[in-house]
Amino acid sequence: MDLSLSTRTVGDRTVVEVGGEIDVYTAPKLREQLVELVNDGSYHLVVDMERVDFLDSTGLGVLVGGLKRVRAHEGSLRLVCNQERILKIFRITGLTKVFPIHTTVEDAVNATD
Amino acid sequence: MATVELRFSAQPEHVRTARLVAAAVARRAGVEEAVLDEVRLAVGEACSRAVGLHRSNGLTAPVRVVLTEEEKSFSIEVGDDVPGPADGSSVSGIAAALDPDSDEEDEMGLAVISGLVDDVSVTTGEGGGTIRMSWPVSGGSDLP
Repeated sequence: MDLSLSTRTVGDRTVVEVGGEIDVYTAPKLREQLVELVNDGSYHLVVDMERVDFLDSTGLGVLVGGLKRVRAHEGSLRLVCNQERILKIFRITGLTKVFPIHTTVEDAVNATD
Repeated sequence: MATVELRFSAQPEHVRTARLVAAAVARRAGVEEAVLDEVRLAVGEACSRAVGLHRSNGLTAPVRVVLTEEEKSFSIEVGDDVPGPADGSSVSGIAAALDPDSDEEDEMGLAVISGLVDDVSVTTGEGGGTIRMSWPVSGGSDLP
């Protein structure tokens, strides 16, 4: 299964909906997408991972890279995820302390903290 | 003797194949269904790391994956051909990955593996490195 990406704007946030498998092969596509958004001036990103079937450390690295980029512009990168097997990877790497993780896109879009 | 042995050219697109094969053999060996996700992730991390090492060192040799079904466990060895220090490599983990000046994204793979797998060993030597992981199996395999 390949990676699917789509973006939409909600207020001042840009929601990136990701589907499929994020691994060493597909992660560069996600990286390109995040870099492109930041270069185009979108500094408040919400990455919706509800349709992600697989995530590895390469994918985590891309998300961390995205976070560094938006932070350089005083922006934010929030994640939406309810899947236990995906959340587990964030927990074992300590990244739950780094990313705000929301249960719905609506929550993430409205979050201001 | 290995139950299944896999060699693939060090290209990212083949890592998914290695994950699928490892999960299929693990299931057949009797690894619990709930643990298969961990097997899939761990072998993917080990293979991604090996692919990265081969590519960054310009090696054309394939990455090796050895899947072995034993009486009470199922083990996976992922080997690369990149010589390393004989004292093994360190897991620098998340602090290094978050350091804006570092380029250690790949070491997060080892952090994931060590967080997921109880029985894991990472060895490096002149002939290359090996990540060995094993999981318990529930009784013998009764599948036809």
